[in-house]
Amino acid sequence: MTASGTAAGGAKGEGASAPGFLVEARGVVKRFGAFTANDHVDLAIRPGEIHALLGENGAGKSTLVKMLYGSLQPTAGRIFWKGEPVVVTDPAEARRLGIGMVFQHFSLFEALTVTENIALALSNVSDMNALAARIAAVSKDYGLPLEPRATVADLSVGERQRIEIVRCLLQEPKLLIMDEPTAVLTPQEADQLFLTLERLASEGCAVLYISHRLEEVKRLCHASTILRHGKVVARVDPKQETAASLARLMVGADVHAIRPKHARVAGPTRLYVDQLDLPANGPFAVALDQVSLEVRAGEILAIAGVAGNGQSELFDALSGERHADHPGAVVIDDTPCGHLGVGARRELGAAFVPEERLGHGAVPAFRLSENVVLTRDTIFADAARRLLGFLDFGRADQTAERVSQAYDVRKSRPDPEARSLSGGNLQKFVVGRELDRKPRVLVVNQPTWGVDAGAAALIRQALVDLAADGAGVLVISQDLDEIFEIADRIAVISRGCLSPGYDAHVMTLEKVGLLMGGAHGGSEAIEGALKLREADGRAY
Amino acid sequence: MRIELEKRPERSATMAWASPLIAVLATVVTGGLIFAAIGKPPLTALWIFFLEPFSSLWSLEELVVKATPLILIGVGLSVAYRANVWNIGAEGQFTFGALMGAIVPIFFNSWQSPLTLVAMLALGVLGGMIWAAIPALLKIKAGANEILVSLMLVYVAQLLLDWLVRGPWRDPKGYNFPKSVGFEDWQTMPVFGGGRLNLGIVLALVAAAALAILMRRTMKGFEVRVLGEAPRAGRFAGFSSDRMTLFVFLLSGGLAGLAGIVEVASTVGQLQPNISPGYGFTAIIVAFLGRLDPIGVVVAALMLAVSYLGGEAAQVALGISDKAARVFQGVLLFWVLACDTLIYYRLRIVRTAPVAEEGAR
Repeated sequence: MTASGTAAGGAKGEGASAPGFLVEARGVVKRFGAFTANDHVDLAIRPGEIHALLGENGAGKSTLVKMLYGSLQPTAGRIFWKGEPVVVTDPAEARRLGIGMVFQHFSLFEALTVTENIALALSNVSDMNALAARIAAVSKDYGLPLEPRATVADLSVGERQRIEIVRCLLQEPKLLIMDEPTAVLTPQEADQLFLTLERLASEGCAVLYISHRLEEVKRLCHASTILRHGKVVARVDPKQETAASLARLMVGADVHAIRPKHARVAGPTRLYVDQLDLPANGPFAVALDQVSLEVRAGEILAIAGVAGNGQSELFDALSGERHADHPGAVVIDDTPCGHLGVGARRELGAAFVPEERLGHGAVPAFRLSENVVLTRDTIFADAARRLLGFLDFGRADQTAERVSQAYDVRKSRPDPEARSLSGGNLQKFVVGRELDRKPRVLVVNQPTWGVDAGAAALIRQALVDLAADGAGVLVISQDLDEIFEIADRIAVISRGCLSPGYDAHVMTLEKVGLLMGGAHGGSEAIEGALKLREADGRAY
Repeated sequence: MRIELEKRPERSATMAWASPLIAVLATVVTGGLIFAAIGKPPLTALWIFFLEPFSSLWSLEELVVKATPLILIGVGLSVAYRANVWNIGAEGQFTFGALMGAIVPIFFNSWQSPLTLVAMLALGVLGGMIWAAIPALLKIKAGANEILVSLMLVYVAQLLLDWLVRGPWRDPKGYNFPKSVGFEDWQTMPVFGGGRLNLGIVLALVAAAALAILMRRTMKGFEVRVLGEAPRAGRFAGFSSDRMTLFVFLLSGGLAGLAGIVEVASTVGQLQPNISPGYGFTAIIVAFLGRLDPIGVVVAALMLAVSYLGGEAAQVALGISDKAARVFQGVLLFWVLACDTLIYYRLRIVRTAPVAEEGAR
């Protein structure tokens, strides 16, 4: 087994003159139970190379990176460091080898100063003043302005990221792993970061750069490895590609290029969202900006988009877990309900399936019968019992059994705890629980995320059947295969803005990819965006 | 060779019952070691501490009397902790409940009717609720940490009591001792059989039964469990965690206040600077030892009552400090929490280091 596959990308990199690879993963496999997160993955990075690791959510990027950084151990395969086989037992060992990592979510103590935070990460700090001076010197040197005595709580997200980077740089890493570094940065901060990374690369430090933003990758990276469903599908030089061609590689070009759909006769409007604004509720959250959509009876509207572009915020706003600013922002079956909670919206005939099965859609430690009650509190405390609030667990049992039968939920015992079910079986249960109520509106986020193929097919079929029966179905998904398989209309969400919904048969992967990459703004015509992109190859 | 913890697929029903027993056993062993270390005969000391309380009718009765406030407070706390709301200040709610209830005999001293007692109990509950509402509202409105606020309010309540009995509420005929007038007739809890056993235990058992039904069969109990286990799922179900915080604080505070007025209207018989040997704190251990289940709490409260009686007995017979009871309670809580691990994990002994591939350095 060799790593010759990387030659295409690596040869052009600035590290081309180096005799060998700095780090190399050969045939790395990682399994979690029956699920294979990484399937014989090869990755090789030269010194001084900025190497992009691309892939959709769930493609196996973080699993691979965690194995390089020692937080996970490969099931099979080997990792080489400077040509020598190594076992990276834990992150401390990775740091000793010279691997530094900047995580997407920072681990900083807000009440401490910059210097104190960095001192915590270093093993032997004797002189805090000397350390502060070193921090000042390094941050100045690499264009990462940072005040060593500032308290972290007072710093912006961009400045906090600088702390993490400087913390790595002080350990003089030979490989710096960056997980979605620009997701939290302003464009100006991102530009500054790119200069720093280019400077590091020119000094011989390799960078493994994980990002969904393809324009950035094109601009910055010398080589790229693209993962799909845990396998390496391509190694390309991003500078030779367009954002659209990279997107195609990520999502797989061979499936569903264009698939004509028989337009169903659309019935009355089931779900109507009118200029919904929702402020971000945290540093990593996305604000929704004037989102409007309409789902009619009998159709499936799918919302595509890269993770973290406002999907979960949109779901929360639709389900009523967060309220809209005016009642008319969300209308279910002609009833304005932007100000109503989840329970009231359910009583209007809506049902919701969140992305996270454990802890959101179901309580892990509860039995399935108890989890049935979760989304039907009003039903199981029936009239006579309601006064005292007694629950009818007998009926909950029957419902759990009925759902399990109808949706082929395989379980080891009659009424198991939700957490003991496999992901696919629990998802079938959570979806089945909602479909069992025969909803007129269904909003589902990532219906088949992390689910095996059989369960995914069953769930998709159930969604199509529900729409055929006259319900309005809204599917939020990052899986484009799924979207093209079931959607009647497709819209794309990007940084909290939703594009108009286009008929599925006029959508192509290319157009979706462009809208995903940031040609956002509902009013912008996608044809225009396409031309603009191809003309100068830039996103904005 | 090393010992590994392996996650069980489901929580073990056997261990849920066995772990408190293992904890009690481990506490006894630890206790023996402690006695040996301070030069007392371990077996004799353990006999005095753990078994003598069961040896006479008088001490059995006393056991129930000591368990009464522990049950009342413990069942309330068990519901609060199930909801993942950390009311650590039951001792303060106990004290403030006692204060409020004592308003009746202190200011309306001549009023004697069954309603007198009802009024005292009602004011006791109200007092506990008021004191508990402070941390609850501060948490909801200002995001203040309920653990710290409720704990610190304990000291406020105790100092308030101290000042009242030394100042404005002092018995004018009490020779300047720091205590209120003594409570009499309908100002005290009715007793059974002439001893110290009183109506309080009935109230405690009723509260335990009611909360057991609430937690097992009703929507409210379901809501408590959902919000405690998975707050996000609770929001998805349409439950409000703010309202839940207030509910469990009022419930646990009200019961702690009831325990407070029952205690001063029975065994104590008046207000004085010290009305509790730390029942509000011991009840935290009771709640956990009882697996946060109201029925389990009743059993656990009886066990902890043993440590109070045993502590007193050991003080008399062996000259051990009365702080010994606190030490035992601490050791017990430690083992209870440690043994809980066994419910979700099983121990596995691994003989060799994990397989190193040929690449190992």
